[in-house]
Amino acid sequence: MKHRAAFVYSPAYAAYSFGTEHPFNARRLELTVDLLQSMGLLYPSDVEEPRPATPEQLELKHSKQYVATVEASSRTGRPVPGAAEYGLGTEDNPVFPGMHEAASLIVGGTLTAAELVASGRYTHALSIGGGLHHAGADTASGFCIYNDIAVAIEHLKRSYGVRVAYIDTDAHHGDGVQWLFYSDPEVLTVSVHETGRYLFPGTGYVEERGAGAGYGYSVNVPLEAFTEDDSFIEALEKVLPPVLEDFRPDIIVSQHGCDGHRLDPLTDLCLSIRSYALVPRLIHELAHALCDGRWVAVGGGGYNIWSVVPRAWAYLWASMAERSVPEVIPHNWSAKWAPRSPVPLPQRVTDEGFPPVRRRREIEEKNRITVARVLGGLVRRRQG
Amino acid sequence: MLVEDIMTRDVETVSPSTNICDALAIMEERRIRHLPVLAGGALVGIVSEGDLKEAQSLVIRDCREGAERRTPVEVVMRRRVFTAHPLDPIEEAALVMYRRRIGCLPVVSGGELVGIVTQTDLIRSLVELMGVNRSSSRLEVQVPDRPGMLAQIAELIRKHGVNISSVLTLPAEEAGEKKLVFRLQTIDLRRIAGDIREAGYRITWPPTLDETR
Repeated sequence: MKHRAAFVYSPAYAAYSFGTEHPFNARRLELTVDLLQSMGLLYPSDVEEPRPATPEQLELKHSKQYVATVEASSRTGRPVPGAAEYGLGTEDNPVFPGMHEAASLIVGGTLTAAELVASGRYTHALSIGGGLHHAGADTASGFCIYNDIAVAIEHLKRSYGVRVAYIDTDAHHGDGVQWLFYSDPEVLTVSVHETGRYLFPGTGYVEERGAGAGYGYSVNVPLEAFTEDDSFIEALEKVLPPVLEDFRPDIIVSQHGCDGHRLDPLTDLCLSIRSYALVPRLIHELAHALCDGRWVAVGGGGYNIWSVVPRAWAYLWASMAERSVPEVIPHNWSAKWAPRSPVPLPQRVTDEGFPPVRRRREIEEKNRITVARVLGGLVRRRQG
Repeated sequence: MLVEDIMTRDVETVSPSTNICDALAIMEERRIRHLPVLAGGALVGIVSEGDLKEAQSLVIRDCREGAERRTPVEVVMRRRVFTAHPLDPIEEAALVMYRRRIGCLPVVSGGELVGIVTQTDLIRSLVELMGVNRSSSRLEVQVPDRPGMLAQIAELIRKHGVNISSVLTLPAEEAGEKKLVFRLQTIDLRRIAGDIREAGYRITWPPTLDETR
């Protein structure tokens, strides 16, 4: 039997925009959808419209005061007094008119995707605009106003009573989601990211394993700066299967930030598209092996919107929809966007060999040690 | 910072006659590795997870279901206990723990146990000192070792309205230079880094896309 996948998207997602000078650029969704269509990977029948999240839904994981502060700032387009304490009105998270509505639609997209899968209408669903994993209960952080992932996971828990495994492969630690479920044994969070020693948000160490009843249900794999494909893939293949098999989820929610690519300007990982083709394939297999395929995926970070994001997410959607990605980027896509792109557009979906990084062997060795420490903690929990 | 600022005040303790299986159960339940041993209110010893591991044969004999629980804590506890005072600076506590290779110090004041300070407490303080308890990114700038440099760089950061979580200064490899290490509350350092480079300083982290790779 062929499994059905939904693509949750609305052009109205473009309203989640901090301005043209800001690195979080809403145009990346348009570029991605356009690439998918020109590759013949996305049909109109795949697309489901997101419904905006209600304030009550936002308050599943955000404080009333925080939502009220976002709403008030959003009405005027200016941070209201006290907004700075919530992380609003900074260079990272500037306030803009309609911000509350735009952010609520993103949350609604992930809620819609979660609902489509949990209700059984689809096996997989992708909320391409989602993935805002840094937002906290009452803080905007790292371009994230509302945490669509945490709200959707909480909704799944309450409405369907399911155990949720969350997998985050963004280059930045999935801190917001982790802290919002840190003492919850029904939600496993796994984040594989560049070490916080240098990179934002500075957390995600191996020893962050959860608290109280949730001890052992937060898993972190902090990788060295300049980690390349082989080491990244090795870490994922060693950690994800045993951790998920041990947890036995009812549904998987995954975040697909692609900012660990070598050409991304904000992080120091040195991955290529090969990693971003592998991640969804691996999660797809785990979903079928462990929870009848139930899988909700969201987007995430990705700041090279021309050369990286559309290709990485083409692989994500193709894996969910079980379609194959053509090797050559269609000419009509390149011709349409080249005049607007500040960099030459890629001609192939895969990357040509990047030169190896200087300290490859030491980096691989250090990452293996990190993975061993992660797995050592898993064994301790099983015995405990 | 003083020991009293970081110590745990609500200390789990046992008595010399507590059975080792019960002591182990307390450690597992509370996820702790050390138990001070009190007799008549006075600190008479300490027992650690490691001590119980060393006495594994006793643990195995006593803790089987239905087995007679014969071994009290006083058989395995250490009687020589290194302690701290609430007013000790934390670096002193760290030094004792490092030199003696021990994982915790009971805190004693006026002859009474008032707290305990562990490696975990020290690491947490270090993390807070380094500013990593707030979401932040690391920025390293190399500057000439002379007055006013920190203020100049801080001024360039201030212009972006970005909060500084912490700052450290370290000697640089080159003579006459030093390194300023900031944790800044932003995900995107590029504009600040750009301004600092433009002002003529060398950024040693983060690397630009062309450097180091």
